[in-house]
Order: sequence, then C-alpha cells, then structure tokens
Amino acid sequence: MKLLSQETVRRFKQNRNLQVGLFLLAVIVLTSLFGPSLVPYDPEELDFGNPLLAPTLQHPFGTDDLGRDVLARVVAAGQVDMQVVAVCVLLPFLIGSTIGLVSGYFGGWIDRVIMRFVDILWAFPFYVLVISIVGALGPSTTNIYLAFSLVVWISFARIVRGEVLLARRLEYTLAASVLGYSHARIMLRHILPNVITPAIVFMMADVVLTILGVTSLGFLGLGIQPPTPEWGVMIADGRNFIQDGWWISLFPGLAIVLVGLTFTLIGDGLDDLLRPKA
Amino acid sequence: MNLLFFCISRLLQLVPVLLGITIVAFLLLRVMPGDPATLMLGSRGTPEDIAALTSQLGLDRPLWQQYLSFLGDIARGSFGRSIAYKAEIGPLLIARLWPTLALVGLSTVIAVLMTIPLAMYTAVRRNGAVDHAVKFFFVTAMAMPPFWLGVLLVLPLAIAVPIFPVSGYGQDWLDKLHHLALPAFIIALGTAALTIRSLRSSIIAVLGADYVDTARAKGLPERSVLRRHVFRNSLTSTISVLAVHTSWVIGGTVVIETVFGIPGLGSLLVASISARDYPMVQGLTVTFAVLVVVINLLADIAYSIVDPRVSLS
Repeated sequence: MKLLSQETVRRFKQNRNLQVGLFLLAVIVLTSLFGPSLVPYDPEELDFGNPLLAPTLQHPFGTDDLGRDVLARVVAAGQVDMQVVAVCVLLPFLIGSTIGLVSGYFGGWIDRVIMRFVDILWAFPFYVLVISIVGALGPSTTNIYLAFSLVVWISFARIVRGEVLLARRLEYTLAASVLGYSHARIMLRHILPNVITPAIVFMMADVVLTILGVTSLGFLGLGIQPPTPEWGVMIADGRNFIQDGWWISLFPGLAIVLVGLTFTLIGDGLDDLLRPKA
Repeated sequence: MNLLFFCISRLLQLVPVLLGITIVAFLLLRVMPGDPATLMLGSRGTPEDIAALTSQLGLDRPLWQQYLSFLGDIARGSFGRSIAYKAEIGPLLIARLWPTLALVGLSTVIAVLMTIPLAMYTAVRRNGAVDHAVKFFFVTAMAMPPFWLGVLLVLPLAIAVPIFPVSGYGQDWLDKLHHLALPAFIIALGTAALTIRSLRSSIIAVLGADYVDTARAKGLPERSVLRRHVFRNSLTSTISVLAVHTSWVIGGTVVIETVFGIPGLGSLLVASISARDYPMVQGLTVTFAVLVVVINLLADIAYSIVDPRVSLS
C-alpha cells in the first residue's frame, strides 16, 4: 500500500478541512512547545498587587484573582492537557484495536465472550464510568489514563472487529491463509492495514470527546490537581469571579474549543482522504 | 399484539446484559487497590471504626456472598444503605431520578425542535450561506465544554439580564421547567449538532429517490412533498443517532447538574464520590446503565413504529 500516491497528494490539495485542521494543529503544537518561553510571566507566580486585571496589552488574557497571568496559564495548561489527552486516546486505541482484531479474526467463543462484555460496558455512560473510576482511585494522571483505557477501548474494539469481519471474507485473506501464513502474519500484515482506517478516523473524534472528558474531571476537582495549571481547573476557578473576571474562565474554554475544532476538521478531512466515497 | 410480543422478547434478551451491569458495578469498587472501608473513613478512621464498617458493608465475607446480597438488595429495590445519608439508597435514587429524566427529556425536545427546521432548510438549500453557517456553528458547539457554557452563559442570561435562574431547581413544574431551560439548552446544542448532520444527509439522499419525483410529477405542492414523502422517510437513521447519543447525554448530566445545582442523579454521583459513599456510587452506576438500556429499548420500539419494514422479531 503506497500511502503518498499521486492520487493521495491530489486529493490532499483539494481537502480544505484537512489543510486547515493540520495548520491549527501546528499552531497548537508550536504554542505548547515555545509558548512558555515567549510569555514573560510565570504561570504559577502570584502577584497580589495585580489581581483581576482585565485583558490589556500587558496581560492579553488578563490576570486571575491571585494576579497570575491567564495567558501564561492557558499556554502552560495546554502542555499538560495535550499530553494527558494524547495518552488517553492512544492507549484505548491500541488496546481496543488489538482486542477487536483478535476478536473478529478468531471469532467463535472468544468473539462471543468479548462482544458480550463490550455490550455490557457499552450500557454505562462514559462520564459515569470515568468519574467513578477516577473518583474511587483518587485523582492522578495515572488513574486518569487507567480510567480512559478501561472505558474507551470498547469503541475501537467494535469498529475494528466490524471491519475485520468484512475483510476476513475477502479473497486476499483467503489467499494468505491458503499460502499457509501464520495467524499473526495474516492479522498484522494483511488484515490490519485494511481495517485500521475507520479506527484512525474515529480516533480524531475521540480526541474531541477526551479533551471534554479530561477537562470535565479537572472542573469537578477530580482530575489534575492545582496548582498545576489545567484548563478545566481554570474554568472552575474563574467561576467564583464570573462578574469581575469573566476572562479567567473564557480563555481556557476557548483553548478547548480550538483543540476540539482542530481535531474535528482533521477527522473529517482524513475521512474524505482515506475513505473515498464512490 | 405483535408489538407486545416484541417488547417482551426484547426484555428477556436484556436479562444477561442487566446481570452483567450489576457484576461490573459490583466489581468496579472492589478491584480497586486499597481497602474500601479504610478509603471511606479516610484519615479519621480508628481501627475499630474500620472493622465496624467492614462488617457493616459485609466486606469480610467471600466475594460471591457479597455479590448475592448486593443482588438481593437490588431485588428489594434498596441498593443497600448509603454511608453519607445513613438511609436506604433506593428511595433516595427515585427522588433524584425525576430531575435527571426531566433534564434529558427537555434537552431532547429542544434538540428535536432545532433539528427539524434547520435540517430541512439546509438540505433543500444545501451549500447556501445558511447551510455553511449552521454547519460551522454546530461543529464549534460540539467542541464547547458544556460546563464552560454553563459558567459563561450565566453572566449574560442570568446575571446581566435575569431571564434564567442562576442555579437550583424550582417548586412547581413551571418553575422547574424554568430552572431546567438553560442547562437543557446547553446539552441540546451537542445533540442537535449530531442530529442536524444526520437528518440533513438523509433528507438529501431521499430527495434523490424516484418516489419523490413521482410525487412531484403528480403535481403535489412542494411543501406536501417535503412533509409527507421526504421527511418521514428520512427519520429512521436520525432516531438511532438520537438513541445512541442519549447515553452520552445521560452521562453529560453528571457535569451539567453539578454546574447548575440540579438535585438529580448526576450531582448525587459527584457528591457521593467526594464523600467516598461507595454503596451509593455502586447504586448510581447500576441506575445510569439501566437508564441507558431502557432508553435504547424505547428507541427500538419507536424505530419499528416509524418504519414498519423493521420486523418486530
């Protein structure tokens, strides 16, 4: 499979969603990498002389109740949140895709047991399970990773399994097994490349759900703990000062919207690029 | 008769899923590292307190016995005793159920009211200015954290111009509706983003069908073609999108109820987790999952009514 065929390049040039999405992603990544050294304030430095300053040139996003620069905090929180989200998306993707691949390929009782289990977990609302698990284990990044891994893998398992069931009937799979290739080789070399696209497209949508989930945990006080800057925590902090300092809550939320929008565009763009419709 | 048979057979199919739900909820808090009684009492627990709580919760018994007594509690509708409220959990859950159901129901109604006109208009005038504006608005709305909207919208809509109450839950039903309107609207934005997209594309697909041409060729007015022939046939896939999304909405109430101080199941979950009230958390996870299962069942039935081709078996 040639990934960068001329056809793909041509389709990329017409794909406005993907172009804008990747551009925004570059902005987010560069801001996370270099932003902290460009903003002349320390995100955790208190300045009691300048609390609740409205946005000005000096403090473009204003200052919070403790005089901390909101811009510096939004940028620093971006590093934290983006790292947590990356792990919370990649772990379930790897776990779920592997389970879906094995389940769909071998079928039989393995498949029935796994899918029954998926059906049961499916009944629990995402937020309820994640909040219960993190709440019971205690707030820490490791527990957040654990909670998302335990809950979100079912989506990837369902998607990949469905694709594997289709691919297993196709001739190239039959040919590979007639040639006597091992199960592992057929799964990894022949089936996986042909079934993973929908899971990758869904992964982009999952980034949007995950950023909302991670920041919700922070907002409820169950996620990343202060004084580490985190978008959800910042929005919760600003809640008490909504009349005198609306900017404290506004800007971290806009950052979340930017991340969500970016990955929605990338997801739609990848869908058009990788799954040609007729 | 047919419908009744369908409902009964679907209910029977649900039994293994429901049992599985109780097992997961039961194990959820027992596979955690650490001793539940110690965790619940925190640093203020003496060894005697911990021993007393351990035997009160039955944690000193074998796992299968604990599970059976959990099932027994559920069968009696009590879910055991809450540690924070020092009372039977069942009645507490029932009292908290109605605000949550009202919130989910109202937000669904608002979402449907937004979806139908916007999806029809943007499907008929596709690629127009309104179509692009609607698409952009709802893609952005989906990326907005509901708790953030809750915090911010209070400023213009409840403080500056006091149209809506800041938080809480009213007395009579009209007052309650008033209190639920803003949170329900915020939840509905996310739902509508999905359903508008789905309904718009199925309307576009149906508009290309032969029977639509036939209806037009008969000389039916465009309004009636859209309403009688296009709209109804576009509904099915949107109903399943709505049903799948309801699970997300029910989970979303956890956060939005906390923001607006609505005394529902969601805010109870957050409070119980903070209070380390494990029996309550266990009862709540079962209740949430059962709600999702029931709503999916209702959607299946609605589906079969809208589309008679779906066989009732």
